[in-house]
Amino acid sequence: MTGLKVERLGFSYGAKRALENVSFDVEQGAFCALLGPNGAGKSTLFALLTRLFTTREGRLTVMGHDIARAPRQALARIGVVFQQSTLDLDLSVRRNLRYFAALHGLAGREAETRIEAALERMAMRERADELARDLNGGHRRRTEIARALVHRPAVLLLDEPTVGLDAEARRAITAHVHDLCASDGLTALWATHLTDEVWPDDRLVILHNGRVLADGTAREIAGQEGLTERFLNLTGAPV
Amino acid sequence: MRALLTALWAIVAREALRFSRQRSRFVSALVRPLVWLVVFAAGFRAALGLSIIPPYQTYITYETYIVPGLCGMILLFNGMQSSLSLVYDREMGSMRLLLTSPLPRWWLLFSKILAGTAVSVLQCYAFLGIAAAMGITMPLMGYVYVLPALILGGVMLGALGVALSSFISQMENFAGVMNFVIFPTFFMSTALYPLWRMAESSVLLRDICAFNPFSHTVELIRFALYEQFNGMALLWTMLAGMIFLGLALWGYDPGRGLMRRRG
Ligand SMILES: Nc1ncnc2c1ncn2[C@@H]1O[C@H](COP(=O)(O)OP(=O)(O)OP(=O)(O)O)[C@@H](O)[C@H]1O
Ligand SMILES: [Mg+2]
Repeated sequence: MTGLKVERLGFSYGAKRALENVSFDVEQGAFCALLGPNGAGKSTLFALLTRLFTTREGRLTVMGHDIARAPRQALARIGVVFQQSTLDLDLSVRRNLRYFAALHGLAGREAETRIEAALERMAMRERADELARDLNGGHRRRTEIARALVHRPAVLLLDEPTVGLDAEARRAITAHVHDLCASDGLTALWATHLTDEVWPDDRLVILHNGRVLADGTAREIAGQEGLTERFLNLTGAPV
Repeated sequence: MRALLTALWAIVAREALRFSRQRSRFVSALVRPLVWLVVFAAGFRAALGLSIIPPYQTYITYETYIVPGLCGMILLFNGMQSSLSLVYDREMGSMRLLLTSPLPRWWLLFSKILAGTAVSVLQCYAFLGIAAAMGITMPLMGYVYVLPALILGGVMLGALGVALSSFISQMENFAGVMNFVIFPTFFMSTALYPLWRMAESSVLLRDICAFNPFSHTVELIRFALYEQFNGMALLWTMLAGMIFLGLALWGYDPGRGLMRRRG
Protein backbone atom coordinates (compact mmCIF):
# COMPACT_ATOMS: atom_id res chain seq x y z
CA MET A 1 0.00 0.00 0.00
CA THR A 2 1.14 3.53 -0.64
CA GLY A 3 1.65 5.43 2.57
CA LEU A 4 1.43 8.82 0.98
CA LYS A 5 0.31 9.86 -2.46
CA VAL A 6 0.62 13.35 -3.90
CA GLU A 7 -1.03 13.88 -7.28
CA ARG A 8 -0.75 16.94 -9.49
CA LEU A 9 -0.77 19.23 -6.48
CA GLY A 10 -0.83 22.97 -7.08
CA PHE A 11 -1.06 25.90 -4.72
CA SER A 12 -0.69 29.68 -4.80
CA TYR A 13 -0.39 32.33 -2.12
CA GLY A 14 -2.30 35.02 -3.92
CA ALA A 15 -0.28 35.65 -7.04
CA LYS A 16 2.73 33.72 -5.73
CA ARG A 17 2.88 30.18 -7.07
CA ALA A 18 4.21 27.94 -4.30
CA LEU A 19 3.55 24.46 -5.71
CA GLU A 20 3.16 23.51 -9.34
CA ASN A 21 1.99 20.09 -10.48
CA VAL A 22 3.74 18.21 -7.71
CA SER A 23 3.33 14.43 -7.88
CA PHE A 24 5.09 11.61 -6.07
CA ASP A 25 4.22 8.75 -3.83
CA VAL A 26 5.87 7.05 -0.92
CA GLU A 27 5.58 3.34 -0.22
CA GLN A 28 4.60 2.28 3.24
CA GLY A 29 7.65 1.86 5.46
CA ALA A 30 9.87 4.05 3.30
CA PHE A 31 11.91 7.01 4.42
CA CYS A 32 11.43 9.71 1.83
CA ALA A 33 13.58 12.81 1.94
CA LEU A 34 12.05 15.95 0.51
CA LEU A 35 15.08 17.97 -0.38
CA GLY A 36 14.73 21.58 -1.37
CA PRO A 37 16.35 24.94 -0.78
CA ASN A 38 14.64 27.79 1.09
CA GLY A 39 11.35 28.71 -0.46
CA ALA A 40 11.05 25.45 -2.39
CA GLY A 41 7.55 24.86 -1.07
CA LYS A 42 8.26 22.19 1.53
CA SER A 43 6.33 23.78 4.38
CA THR A 44 3.49 24.60 2.03
CA LEU A 45 3.23 20.95 1.09
CA PHE A 46 3.21 20.01 4.78
CA ALA A 47 0.46 22.48 5.55
CA LEU A 48 -1.66 20.99 2.78
CA LEU A 49 -0.93 17.47 4.00
CA THR A 50 -2.10 18.40 7.49
CA ARG A 51 -5.06 20.34 6.18
CA LEU A 52 -4.09 23.62 7.79
CA PHE A 53 -5.32 24.92 4.50
CA THR A 54 -6.67 23.38 1.34
CA THR A 55 -6.30 23.61 -2.39
CA ARG A 56 -8.51 22.71 -5.31
CA GLU A 57 -5.64 21.57 -7.47
CA GLY A 58 -4.62 17.98 -7.15
CA ARG A 59 -5.14 15.28 -4.61
CA LEU A 60 -3.50 14.06 -1.42
CA THR A 61 -4.00 10.56 -0.10
CA VAL A 62 -2.77 9.24 3.23
CA MET A 63 -2.98 5.48 3.74
CA GLY A 64 -5.77 5.36 1.19
CA HIS A 65 -7.74 8.26 2.72
CA ASP A 66 -8.27 11.27 0.51
CA ILE A 67 -7.56 14.35 2.63
CA ALA A 68 -10.26 16.41 0.99
CA ARG A 69 -12.93 13.75 1.34
CA ALA A 70 -12.02 12.02 4.58
CA PRO A 71 -9.90 14.56 6.41
CA ARG A 72 -10.40 13.10 9.85
CA GLN A 73 -9.43 9.57 8.88
CA ALA A 74 -6.41 10.93 7.07
CA LEU A 75 -5.36 13.16 9.96
CA ALA A 76 -5.71 10.27 12.39
CA ARG A 77 -3.03 8.41 10.43
CA ILE A 78 -0.62 11.33 10.35
CA GLY A 79 1.97 12.36 12.89
CA VAL A 80 3.58 15.70 12.25
CA VAL A 81 6.54 17.72 13.45
CA PHE A 82 6.33 21.27 12.16
CA GLN A 83 9.29 23.41 11.26
CA GLN A 84 8.44 25.72 14.13
CA SER A 85 8.26 24.10 17.53
CA THR A 86 4.78 23.65 18.96
CA LEU A 87 5.78 22.45 22.41
CA ASP A 88 4.19 24.09 25.41
CA LEU A 89 7.33 25.24 27.17
CA ASP A 90 5.63 25.57 30.54
CA LEU A 91 4.63 21.93 30.59
CA SER A 92 6.78 18.91 31.28
CA VAL A 93 7.62 16.54 28.46
CA ARG A 94 5.08 14.02 29.65
CA ARG A 95 2.35 16.62 30.05
CA ASN A 96 2.98 17.87 26.55
CA LEU A 97 2.40 14.34 25.32
CA ARG A 98 -0.67 13.93 27.49
CA TYR A 99 -2.24 17.09 26.14
CA PHE A 100 -1.59 15.91 22.62
CA ALA A 101 -3.01 12.46 23.36
CA ALA A 102 -6.16 14.09 24.70
CA LEU A 103 -6.54 16.14 21.54
CA HIS A 104 -6.64 12.80 19.80
CA GLY A 105 -9.23 11.54 22.25
CA LEU A 106 -6.82 9.32 24.18
CA ALA A 107 -6.83 9.27 27.96
CA GLY A 108 -6.30 7.00 30.93
CA ARG A 109 -4.22 3.89 30.90
CA GLU A 110 -4.29 3.58 27.15
CA ALA A 111 -2.79 7.03 26.76
CA GLU A 112 -0.17 6.40 29.44
CA THR A 113 1.01 3.18 27.82
CA ARG A 114 1.33 4.86 24.47
CA ILE A 115 3.09 7.86 25.93
CA GLU A 116 5.63 5.68 27.72
CA ALA A 117 6.21 3.69 24.54
CA ALA A 118 6.71 6.83 22.48
CA LEU A 119 9.11 8.30 25.04
CA GLU A 120 10.99 5.03 25.16
CA ARG A 121 11.15 4.94 21.39
CA MET A 122 12.83 8.36 21.29
CA ALA A 123 14.98 7.65 24.37
CA MET A 124 13.30 10.48 26.27
CA ARG A 125 12.01 8.61 29.30
CA GLU A 126 14.55 9.90 31.76
CA ARG A 127 13.61 13.43 30.84
CA ALA A 128 9.88 12.92 30.88
CA ASP A 129 9.35 15.10 33.94
CA GLU A 130 11.53 17.98 32.90
CA LEU A 131 9.93 21.16 31.66
CA ALA A 132 10.14 21.55 27.91
CA ARG A 133 11.72 24.94 28.53
CA ASP A 134 14.70 23.32 30.24
CA LEU A 135 15.50 20.92 27.40
CA ASN A 136 18.17 21.54 24.81
CA GLY A 137 17.24 21.80 21.15
CA GLY A 138 17.92 18.17 20.37
CA HIS A 139 15.78 16.92 23.21
CA ARG A 140 12.98 19.30 22.32
CA ARG A 141 12.91 17.88 18.85
CA ARG A 142 12.95 14.36 20.17
CA THR A 143 10.04 15.25 22.42
CA GLU A 144 8.16 16.55 19.42
CA ILE A 145 8.82 13.38 17.48
CA ALA A 146 7.78 11.26 20.46
CA ARG A 147 4.61 13.30 20.67
CA ALA A 148 3.92 12.78 17.00
CA LEU A 149 4.07 9.02 17.62
CA VAL A 150 1.60 8.86 20.51
CA HIS A 151 -1.48 8.15 18.41
CA ARG A 152 0.46 5.50 16.43
CA PRO A 153 0.34 7.18 13.06
CA ALA A 154 1.26 5.33 9.90
CA VAL A 155 2.81 8.37 8.27
CA LEU A 156 5.24 10.71 9.96
CA LEU A 157 5.78 14.17 8.50
CA LEU A 158 8.84 16.09 9.62
CA ASP A 159 9.53 19.59 8.39
CA GLU A 160 13.21 20.39 8.78
CA PRO A 161 13.35 18.64 12.15
CA THR A 162 17.08 19.22 12.56
CA VAL A 163 17.13 22.98 12.20
CA GLY A 164 19.29 24.56 14.84
CA LEU A 165 20.72 21.29 16.14
CA ASP A 166 24.39 20.47 16.47
CA ALA A 167 25.98 17.79 14.31
CA GLU A 168 25.64 15.05 16.87
CA ALA A 169 21.99 15.71 17.64
CA ARG A 170 21.27 15.97 13.92
CA ARG A 171 22.86 12.63 13.22
CA ALA A 172 21.08 10.97 16.13
CA ILE A 173 17.64 12.20 15.11
CA THR A 174 18.16 11.31 11.47
CA ALA A 175 19.18 7.81 12.52
CA HIS A 176 16.23 7.52 14.88
CA VAL A 177 13.69 8.26 12.22
CA HIS A 178 15.34 5.95 9.70
CA ASP A 179 15.08 3.32 12.35
CA LEU A 180 11.38 3.97 12.91
CA CYS A 181 10.75 3.30 9.23
CA ALA A 182 12.87 0.16 9.10
CA SER A 183 11.59 -1.46 12.29
CA ASP A 184 8.05 -0.14 12.73
CA GLY A 185 7.03 0.17 9.10
CA LEU A 186 6.36 3.87 9.49
CA THR A 187 6.29 5.98 6.35
CA ALA A 188 8.31 9.16 6.82
CA LEU A 189 8.45 12.33 4.78
CA TRP A 190 11.47 14.28 5.91
CA ALA A 191 11.89 17.80 4.60
CA THR A 192 15.38 19.24 4.62
CA HIS A 193 17.83 21.34 2.70
CA LEU A 194 20.83 19.37 3.93
CA THR A 195 22.06 16.58 1.70
CA ASP A 196 23.96 14.78 4.44
CA GLU A 197 20.70 13.82 6.11
CA VAL A 198 19.77 11.72 3.10
CA TRP A 199 21.02 8.15 3.10
CA PRO A 200 21.84 6.36 -0.14
CA ASP A 201 18.91 3.94 0.06
CA ASP A 202 16.34 6.60 0.89
CA ARG A 203 13.60 7.66 -1.43
CA LEU A 204 14.38 11.18 -2.54
CA VAL A 205 12.26 13.92 -4.04
CA ILE A 206 13.99 17.15 -4.94
CA LEU A 207 11.73 20.18 -4.85
CA HIS A 208 12.68 23.56 -6.19
CA ASN A 209 10.51 26.61 -6.81
CA GLY A 210 7.45 24.50 -6.24
CA ARG A 211 8.35 21.84 -8.80
CA VAL A 212 9.68 18.31 -8.53
CA LEU A 213 13.10 18.21 -10.19
CA ALA A 214 14.07 14.66 -9.35
CA ASP A 215 12.34 11.61 -7.93
CA GLY A 216 13.96 8.26 -7.23
CA THR A 217 16.34 6.69 -4.76
CA ALA A 218 19.04 8.94 -3.42
CA ARG A 219 21.67 6.65 -4.92
CA GLU A 220 20.24 6.91 -8.44
CA ILE A 221 19.84 10.64 -8.25
CA ALA A 222 23.29 11.23 -6.81
CA GLY A 223 24.90 9.22 -9.63
CA GLN A 224 28.63 9.72 -10.03
CA GLU A 225 28.61 13.33 -8.92
CA GLY A 226 27.54 12.75 -5.36
CA LEU A 227 24.31 14.10 -3.95
CA THR A 228 25.55 17.49 -2.82
CA GLU A 229 26.96 18.37 -6.23
CA ARG A 230 23.94 17.04 -8.00
CA PHE A 231 21.58 19.00 -5.75
CA LEU A 232 23.48 22.22 -6.26
CA ASN A 233 23.58 21.69 -9.99
CA LEU A 234 19.88 21.01 -10.17
CA THR A 235 18.76 23.88 -7.99
CA GLY A 236 21.38 26.34 -9.08
CA ALA A 237 20.35 26.12 -12.72
CA PRO A 238 18.05 28.85 -14.00
CA VAL A 239 14.49 27.67 -13.99
CA MET B 1 -18.15 10.65 22.47
CA ARG B 2 -15.56 9.83 25.11
CA ALA B 3 -12.88 11.12 22.81
CA LEU B 4 -14.69 14.45 22.58
CA LEU B 5 -14.95 14.79 26.34
CA THR B 6 -11.32 13.84 26.77
CA ALA B 7 -10.27 16.63 24.46
CA LEU B 8 -12.64 19.11 26.09
CA TRP B 9 -11.29 18.30 29.51
CA ALA B 10 -7.67 18.63 28.40
CA ILE B 11 -8.31 21.99 26.77
CA VAL B 12 -10.12 23.32 29.84
CA ALA B 13 -7.40 22.01 32.16
CA ARG B 14 -4.71 23.61 30.07
CA GLU B 15 -6.47 26.95 30.06
CA ALA B 16 -6.96 26.74 33.83
CA LEU B 17 -3.30 25.91 34.31
CA ARG B 18 -2.17 28.73 32.10
CA PHE B 19 -4.47 31.05 33.93
CA SER B 20 -3.31 29.99 37.37
CA ARG B 21 0.21 30.87 36.31
CA GLN B 22 -0.83 34.38 35.40
CA ARG B 23 -2.01 35.62 38.73
CA SER B 24 -1.68 39.17 37.54
CA ARG B 25 -4.30 38.47 34.90
CA PHE B 26 -6.70 37.26 37.53
CA VAL B 27 -6.10 40.28 39.67
CA SER B 28 -6.39 42.80 36.88
CA ALA B 29 -9.56 41.16 35.65
CA LEU B 30 -11.00 41.70 39.12
CA VAL B 31 -9.62 45.13 39.72
CA ARG B 32 -11.25 46.56 36.61
CA PRO B 33 -14.87 46.00 37.67
CA LEU B 34 -14.05 46.82 41.27
CA VAL B 35 -12.70 50.20 40.27
CA TRP B 36 -15.93 50.84 38.44
CA LEU B 37 -17.90 49.74 41.41
CA VAL B 38 -16.06 51.85 43.93
CA VAL B 39 -14.91 54.92 42.09
CA PHE B 40 -17.28 55.47 39.22
CA ALA B 41 -20.42 54.37 40.92
CA ALA B 42 -19.89 57.02 43.57
CA GLY B 43 -19.53 59.70 40.94
CA PHE B 44 -22.40 58.56 38.78
CA ARG B 45 -24.80 57.88 41.56
CA ALA B 46 -26.32 61.28 41.54
CA ALA B 47 -26.76 61.09 37.80
CA LEU B 48 -29.06 58.10 37.91
CA GLY B 49 -32.58 59.20 38.61
CA LEU B 50 -34.55 56.94 40.84
CA SER B 51 -37.10 54.63 39.40
CA ILE B 52 -38.22 51.09 39.90
CA ILE B 53 -37.73 48.86 36.89
CA PRO B 54 -37.87 45.09 36.68
CA PRO B 55 -36.39 42.93 38.04
CA TYR B 56 -36.03 45.29 40.99
CA GLN B 57 -38.90 45.66 43.42
CA THR B 58 -37.58 48.54 45.44
CA TYR B 59 -35.41 51.54 44.85
CA ILE B 60 -31.85 50.49 44.34
CA THR B 61 -28.53 52.22 44.57
CA TYR B 62 -26.43 52.76 41.49
CA GLU B 63 -23.83 50.32 42.81
CA THR B 64 -26.45 47.65 42.91
CA TYR B 65 -27.58 48.51 39.42
CA ILE B 66 -24.19 48.10 37.79
CA VAL B 67 -23.14 44.81 39.39
CA PRO B 68 -24.64 42.66 36.59
CA GLY B 69 -23.12 44.95 33.99
CA LEU B 70 -19.74 44.54 35.60
CA CYS B 71 -20.14 40.76 35.51
CA GLY B 72 -20.81 41.27 31.82
CA MET B 73 -17.66 43.36 31.62
CA ILE B 74 -15.62 40.48 33.03
CA LEU B 75 -17.08 38.13 30.44
CA LEU B 76 -16.48 40.62 27.67
CA PHE B 77 -12.88 41.37 28.56
CA ASN B 78 -12.07 37.72 29.09
CA GLY B 79 -13.68 36.72 25.82
CA MET B 80 -11.49 39.23 24.04
CA GLN B 81 -8.46 38.21 26.04
CA SER B 82 -8.82 34.58 25.07
CA SER B 83 -9.15 35.55 21.46
CA LEU B 84 -5.92 37.44 21.90
CA SER B 85 -4.34 34.26 23.15
CA LEU B 86 -5.67 32.50 20.05
CA VAL B 87 -3.92 34.96 17.79
CA TYR B 88 -0.84 34.45 19.90
CA ASP B 89 -1.17 30.67 19.71
CA ARG B 90 -1.49 30.98 15.99
CA GLU B 91 1.65 33.05 15.70
CA MET B 92 3.50 30.72 18.02
CA GLY B 93 2.36 27.64 16.18
CA SER B 94 0.53 25.89 19.01
CA MET B 95 -2.76 26.45 17.22
CA ARG B 96 -1.58 23.93 14.67
CA LEU B 97 -1.69 21.22 17.25
CA LEU B 98 -5.35 21.87 17.74
CA LEU B 99 -6.19 22.18 14.08
CA THR B 100 -4.41 19.02 12.99
CA SER B 101 -6.25 16.86 15.48
CA PRO B 102 -8.60 14.36 13.86
CA LEU B 103 -11.44 15.38 16.17
CA PRO B 104 -14.03 17.70 14.61
CA ARG B 105 -12.75 21.23 14.38
CA TRP B 106 -15.98 22.78 15.63
CA TRP B 107 -15.70 20.78 18.79
CA LEU B 108 -12.11 21.83 19.40
CA LEU B 109 -12.94 25.48 18.93
CA PHE B 110 -16.02 25.13 21.08
CA SER B 111 -13.87 23.52 23.78
CA LYS B 112 -11.51 26.46 23.61
CA ILE B 113 -14.45 28.80 24.13
CA LEU B 114 -15.78 26.79 27.04
CA ALA B 115 -12.34 26.76 28.62
CA GLY B 116 -12.22 30.54 28.48
CA THR B 117 -15.75 30.73 29.82
CA ALA B 118 -14.90 28.57 32.82
CA VAL B 119 -12.22 31.03 33.81
CA SER B 120 -14.55 34.01 33.32
CA VAL B 121 -17.26 32.46 35.42
CA LEU B 122 -14.85 31.90 38.29
CA GLN B 123 -13.91 35.54 38.12
CA CYS B 124 -17.51 36.64 38.11
CA TYR B 125 -18.10 34.70 41.29
CA ALA B 126 -15.03 36.21 42.88
CA PHE B 127 -16.34 39.62 41.93
CA LEU B 128 -19.83 38.90 43.24
CA GLY B 129 -18.22 37.69 46.45
CA ILE B 130 -16.30 40.91 46.91
CA ALA B 131 -19.39 42.95 46.07
CA ALA B 132 -21.32 41.01 48.70
CA ALA B 133 -18.58 41.71 51.21
CA MET B 134 -19.05 45.38 50.40
CA GLY B 135 -22.70 45.02 51.20
CA ILE B 136 -24.14 44.64 47.71
CA THR B 137 -25.94 41.36 48.07
CA MET B 138 -28.41 39.50 45.88
CA PRO B 139 -31.06 36.99 46.88
CA LEU B 140 -29.31 33.75 47.80
CA MET B 141 -30.75 31.65 44.98
CA GLY B 142 -29.77 34.38 42.57
CA TYR B 143 -26.18 33.26 42.92
CA VAL B 144 -27.23 29.82 41.70
CA TYR B 145 -29.52 30.95 38.90
CA VAL B 146 -26.89 33.25 37.54
CA LEU B 147 -24.56 30.37 36.72
CA PRO B 148 -26.22 29.31 33.45
CA ALA B 149 -26.60 32.97 32.49
CA LEU B 150 -22.89 33.56 33.01
CA ILE B 151 -21.98 30.45 31.05
CA LEU B 152 -24.22 31.37 28.16
CA GLY B 153 -22.95 34.94 28.11
CA GLY B 154 -19.36 33.70 28.35
CA VAL B 155 -19.82 31.37 25.41
CA MET B 156 -21.48 34.07 23.32
CA LEU B 157 -18.71 36.59 23.98
CA GLY B 158 -15.99 33.93 23.70
CA ALA B 159 -17.35 32.97 20.30
CA LEU B 160 -17.27 36.62 19.32
CA GLY B 161 -13.63 36.70 20.36
CA VAL B 162 -12.75 33.60 18.34
CA ALA B 163 -14.59 34.98 15.32
CA LEU B 164 -12.70 38.26 15.63
CA SER B 165 -9.40 36.46 16.08
CA SER B 166 -9.91 34.73 12.76
CA PHE B 167 -10.27 38.05 10.99
CA ILE B 168 -7.27 39.66 12.58
CA SER B 169 -4.15 38.65 10.79
CA GLN B 170 -1.60 39.73 13.31
CA MET B 171 -0.99 40.58 16.89
CA GLU B 172 -0.21 44.21 16.08
CA ASN B 173 -3.67 44.92 14.76
CA PHE B 174 -5.27 43.46 17.77
CA ALA B 175 -5.23 46.32 20.22
CA GLY B 176 -6.97 48.63 17.77
CA VAL B 177 -9.69 46.18 16.99
CA MET B 178 -10.25 45.55 20.64
CA ASN B 179 -10.80 49.21 21.36
CA PHE B 180 -13.31 49.33 18.59
CA VAL B 181 -15.13 46.34 19.97
CA ILE B 182 -14.89 46.40 23.74
CA PHE B 183 -15.69 50.01 24.46
CA PRO B 184 -18.69 50.57 22.21
CA THR B 185 -20.06 47.17 23.21
CA PHE B 186 -19.80 48.06 26.83
CA PHE B 187 -20.90 51.67 26.77
CA MET B 188 -23.77 51.20 24.36
CA SER B 189 -25.44 48.64 26.52
CA THR B 190 -27.58 48.48 29.59
CA ALA B 191 -24.54 47.76 31.72
CA LEU B 192 -24.26 51.31 33.03
CA TYR B 193 -27.70 52.78 32.43
CA PRO B 194 -31.15 51.34 31.98
CA LEU B 195 -32.79 51.78 28.60
CA TRP B 196 -35.24 54.43 29.72
CA ARG B 197 -32.36 56.53 30.88
CA MET B 198 -30.68 56.20 27.49
CA ALA B 199 -33.87 57.23 25.75
CA GLU B 200 -33.79 60.50 27.63
CA SER B 201 -30.57 61.47 25.95
CA SER B 202 -31.13 59.92 22.54
CA VAL B 203 -33.61 57.55 20.99
CA LEU B 204 -30.99 56.28 18.59
CA LEU B 205 -28.70 55.43 21.47
CA ARG B 206 -31.54 53.58 23.11
CA ASP B 207 -32.18 51.58 19.95
CA ILE B 208 -28.54 50.65 19.63
CA CYS B 209 -28.52 49.57 23.25
CA ALA B 210 -31.62 47.51 22.80
CA PHE B 211 -30.11 45.84 19.78
CA ASN B 212 -26.69 45.19 21.32
CA PRO B 213 -26.57 41.51 22.30
CA PHE B 214 -24.32 42.43 25.18
CA SER B 215 -27.24 44.34 26.74
CA HIS B 216 -29.24 41.17 26.64
CA THR B 217 -26.48 39.19 28.28
CA VAL B 218 -26.34 41.79 31.03
CA GLU B 219 -30.12 41.69 31.44
CA LEU B 220 -30.08 37.90 31.51
CA ILE B 221 -27.55 38.08 34.32
CA ARG B 222 -29.46 40.85 36.10
CA PHE B 223 -32.73 38.97 36.06
CA ALA B 224 -31.10 35.70 37.06
CA LEU B 225 -29.44 37.39 40.02
CA TYR B 226 -32.91 38.40 41.19
CA GLU B 227 -34.27 34.89 40.65
CA GLN B 228 -36.14 35.90 37.55
CA PHE B 229 -36.12 34.69 34.01
CA ASN B 230 -35.90 36.99 31.02
CA GLY B 231 -36.90 35.02 27.94
CA MET B 232 -36.21 37.81 25.50
CA ALA B 233 -32.69 38.27 26.83
CA LEU B 234 -32.10 34.54 26.65
CA LEU B 235 -33.28 34.41 23.07
CA TRP B 236 -31.11 37.29 21.96
CA THR B 237 -28.03 35.98 23.71
CA MET B 238 -28.51 32.53 22.20
CA LEU B 239 -29.15 33.93 18.76
CA ALA B 240 -26.06 36.12 18.90
CA GLY B 241 -24.06 33.20 20.30
CA MET B 242 -25.13 31.00 17.41
CA ILE B 243 -24.20 33.62 14.85
CA PHE B 244 -20.80 34.22 16.43
CA LEU B 245 -20.12 30.49 16.69
CA GLY B 246 -20.97 30.16 13.03
CA LEU B 247 -18.61 32.99 12.17
CA ALA B 248 -15.89 31.51 14.34
CA LEU B 249 -16.16 28.16 12.57
CA TRP B 250 -16.21 29.77 9.21
CA GLY B 251 -13.21 31.86 10.18
CA TYR B 252 -11.19 28.76 10.98
CA ASP B 253 -12.35 26.75 7.98
CA PRO B 254 -9.27 25.36 6.22
CA GLY B 255 -10.66 26.39 2.86
CA ARG B 256 -10.58 30.00 3.96
CA GLY B 257 -6.87 29.68 4.46
CA LEU B 258 -6.43 31.50 7.73
CA MET B 259 -3.43 29.38 8.67
CA ARG B 260 -1.87 30.29 5.37
CA ARG B 261 -0.59 33.43 6.91
CA ARG B 262 2.96 33.34 7.88
CA GLY B 263 3.94 32.58 11.41
N1 LIG C 1 2.09 33.22 3.83
C1 LIG C 1 2.71 33.37 2.69
N2 LIG C 1 2.35 34.34 1.85
C2 LIG C 1 2.97 34.52 0.68
N3 LIG C 1 3.96 33.75 0.22
C3 LIG C 1 4.37 32.75 1.01
C4 LIG C 1 3.78 32.51 2.28
N4 LIG C 1 4.39 31.44 2.84
C5 LIG C 1 5.31 31.06 1.96
N5 LIG C 1 5.31 31.82 0.87
C6 LIG C 1 6.19 31.67 -0.30
O1 LIG C 1 5.92 30.41 -0.89
C7 LIG C 1 7.12 29.77 -1.26
C8 LIG C 1 7.25 28.45 -0.57
O2 LIG C 1 7.39 28.66 0.82
P1 LIG C 1 7.60 27.47 1.85
O3 LIG C 1 7.58 28.06 3.20
O4 LIG C 1 6.66 26.39 1.54
O5 LIG C 1 9.08 27.01 1.50
P2 LIG C 1 10.05 26.03 2.26
O6 LIG C 1 10.53 25.04 1.26
O7 LIG C 1 9.39 25.48 3.45
O8 LIG C 1 11.24 26.97 2.66
P3 LIG C 1 12.15 27.01 3.98
O9 LIG C 1 13.30 26.09 3.73
O10 LIG C 1 12.59 28.43 4.04
O11 LIG C 1 11.33 26.61 5.13
C9 LIG C 1 8.25 30.74 -0.91
O12 LIG C 1 8.59 31.45 -2.07
C10 LIG C 1 7.63 31.65 0.10
O13 LIG C 1 8.20 32.93 0.02
MG1 LIG D 1 9.78 25.52 5.43
